[in-house]
Amino acid sequence: MARLKRKPFDWSTAVITVCMVAAAIVVYLRDGSARFAAVFYNDASIFIDILPKMAAGCMIGVFSTLLIPREVVARWVGAESGFAGLLIATFAGAVMPGGPVTVYPVAGAFLAVGADVGAALAFVTSWTLLGYARALVWELPFFGPDFVLWRMAIAPLFPIFVGFFGRLVAQLLMSRGVRP
Amino acid sequence: MIALAVGALLWVIVAVLVIIAAAKGGSVVETGLREGALDFLRLTPRVAIGVVGSGYVAAALPPEILGHVLGPNSGIVGTAIAALAGTLTPGGPVVGFSIGVAALKSGAGAPQVIAYTTAWALFAIQRVISYEVIAMPAKIVWLRVVVSIPVPFLAALGATLIGKP
Repeated sequence: MARLKRKPFDWSTAVITVCMVAAAIVVYLRDGSARFAAVFYNDASIFIDILPKMAAGCMIGVFSTLLIPREVVARWVGAESGFAGLLIATFAGAVMPGGPVTVYPVAGAFLAVGADVGAALAFVTSWTLLGYARALVWELPFFGPDFVLWRMAIAPLFPIFVGFFGRLVAQLLMSRGVRP
Repeated sequence: MIALAVGALLWVIVAVLVIIAAAKGGSVVETGLREGALDFLRLTPRVAIGVVGSGYVAAALPPEILGHVLGPNSGIVGTAIAALAGTLTPGGPVVGFSIGVAALKSGAGAPQVIAYTTAWALFAIQRVISYEVIAMPAKIVWLRVVVSIPVPFLAALGATLIGKP
């Protein structure tokens, strides 16, 4: 199976590391070592909390692509899947549980076995805007039901929009010789 | 409580998939567990940097400023600033949503706050770099980001048109 190959170290990790070390130095110098330690312990506990979810996300991504035959992926969300593929991907993104540590490995795994770019974009966009897990756990307690419901009422068109235009742009780029 | 249920649900899905794989026989279970574990090991150090580091970026930024420039009459400029602020907001849901609520409480308009949370959800640059680029092909990620740029504006427009929330 064609898995995504990654280098052990890459530029994006390097950039983010530099930004974060700089921010950590600012916090240490401006707010003192007690604040510095408090931020560290808080984030370390968040990290430990997300580890099992991330492991589950990797497993779901790998197993679902091993178990769902390529032809099925191609037919449902492949290059020829058209508008229905975008609708299926939007629905899948809305019901997909978990956070970014779950959803991106799943999207990456499906791309590797032949899912269409537009469908992958609709899936990720739908998860970010409609995912019930984040809305229930985080958004509802902060904003209250009124705000969340009205935001959700506006949102369902956007995954289709992003998937549709993403697909168009990808086709345009590929017709000009840019490799996917 | 709900967070715990989501975590449990994820592992129920994994268990169901492993059972289906076992029923298929062959080496599917072994291959899946090995590749899944390798993916997990590849992602862990990057996520560690992202999660621990983003706390410092959030702590280094003053959140109160947002409310003042994002009032209900700030129009398209306020919406653009909100979308940009959402893009630059680091950290997890706690940071994004607390800044959103803080802005709402200190006088920002609902369409602007919707633009802010939508931009933050879609393409907060720190999440794109520390989670998404490492798990998906980079070109597809940046394509998604570019195509998504109009969405916070459309969401704010939608909120203005229906007059809610």
